[in-house]
Amino acid sequence: MSNRNLIDITDLTLAEIDGLIDTAEDMIANPAKYQSACAHKQLATLFFEPSTRTRLSFESAMLALGGGVLGFSEAASSSTAKGETVVDTVRTVSCYADIIAMRHPKEGAPFAAAQRSEVPIINAGDGGHNHPTQTLTDLLTIHREKGRLDDFTIGFCGDLKFGRTVHSLVNALSRRTGINFVFISPEELKLPQYLKESVLEKNHLAYQETDSLEDAIPRLDILYMTRVQKERFFNEADYVRLKDTYVLDPEKLIPAKEDLCILHPLPRVNEITVAVDNDPRACYFRQVKNGKYIRMALIMLLLGLRAE
Amino acid sequence: MNIDSIQDGVVLDHIKAGKSMDIYKYLHLDQLDCSVAIIKNVRSGRMGKKDIIKIDSPMEVDLDVLGYVDPDITVNVIRNGARVEKKHLELPLKLVNIIHCKNPRCITAVEPQLDAIFLLSDPEKHTYRCAYCDAEKKRKI
Repeated sequence: MSNRNLIDITDLTLAEIDGLIDTAEDMIANPAKYQSACAHKQLATLFFEPSTRTRLSFESAMLALGGGVLGFSEAASSSTAKGETVVDTVRTVSCYADIIAMRHPKEGAPFAAAQRSEVPIINAGDGGHNHPTQTLTDLLTIHREKGRLDDFTIGFCGDLKFGRTVHSLVNALSRRTGINFVFISPEELKLPQYLKESVLEKNHLAYQETDSLEDAIPRLDILYMTRVQKERFFNEADYVRLKDTYVLDPEKLIPAKEDLCILHPLPRVNEITVAVDNDPRACYFRQVKNGKYIRMALIMLLLGLRAE
Repeated sequence: MNIDSIQDGVVLDHIKAGKSMDIYKYLHLDQLDCSVAIIKNVRSGRMGKKDIIKIDSPMEVDLDVLGYVDPDITVNVIRNGARVEKKHLELPLKLVNIIHCKNPRCITAVEPQLDAIFLLSDPEKHTYRCAYCDAEKKRKI
């Protein structure tokens, strides 16, 4: 039997995503029910690129399910430093673990791993390409904050070119109804053309592009802020020029809706000032917590497990 | 100009004029020991001008390669001097190790032993995308 992997958010059906959200909600309400769901199972976290939230949330999720964790948090501490390929690393680790969460700086590395792995592969972020488990986190957060996953206007702000969390979330929301997309970015960091063509235009979805956060903010129900990622630029001068394009502060929030939901995949640098953190519309730390529960639900789904 | 007809082999017809050398290269015809005739700029009622390749030996032609380079090519299989099969091509849904990804951020850029896989994403625009990183590759028409 072939493994069930999560490489791209579209690997999950809408019904499966809704099921994961329901399961995560139940895990939040009844954590004890799941505390031994993954007993004697091992999760390997293979992080070839630094991470705080994603790796720890995967490990925290597996521990909360009663399972074990192993892995590494940087390529330098694995045999990659000796020239081992991704496929060889994954084939080796799949001898020790029941499921693998993998982050890699190169786009498509988890897809390559999934071609030869003996156990399920979860893409925990591949370069500037995709980040489907952040998307599941975002969807659970929107569901908890708004009570629905349809009929809202969402603004994506910042680095939409290399922002893998943006790419995956746009893809996921394109399958819902009544979503208005507003893309706020400088010209150099606009959403990739392939996403506009293959996701938005193909599905006849309306979207607007602007470079002005101030103009867009009054009509938004959700504002998804992103960091301009230094590690995605080949030229540091371009990064320096673009990094401070958007800074969300209390003043910019004055014309925003009272029930605006501000999301950010974190880490932030300075695109959201600390002064915004106490605003009840700032949801990004609640978003972090949701990441653990949705990953618990995902691990159980991919391992084919159910709670007792 | 006369080119002998072949007894057992393959004739690739309706090649866009000037494309025959691309096909020669993609199909690795230089590695064959048999006679291979490349006939360029042949008059054609339908196409104006066309190229033809005659291969004087039975061989399995990689239809995916041909379909990618030019889906209008026809493949004629010749046995005992007569055409026994005429194959029409389509754009292949999947290309394996035919074209390669140029995205420097793609995993295939640093691990070249991986199969280069492209999937047809837009048949109308003849667009393929890398299965690893989604980088676009438009077929040369």
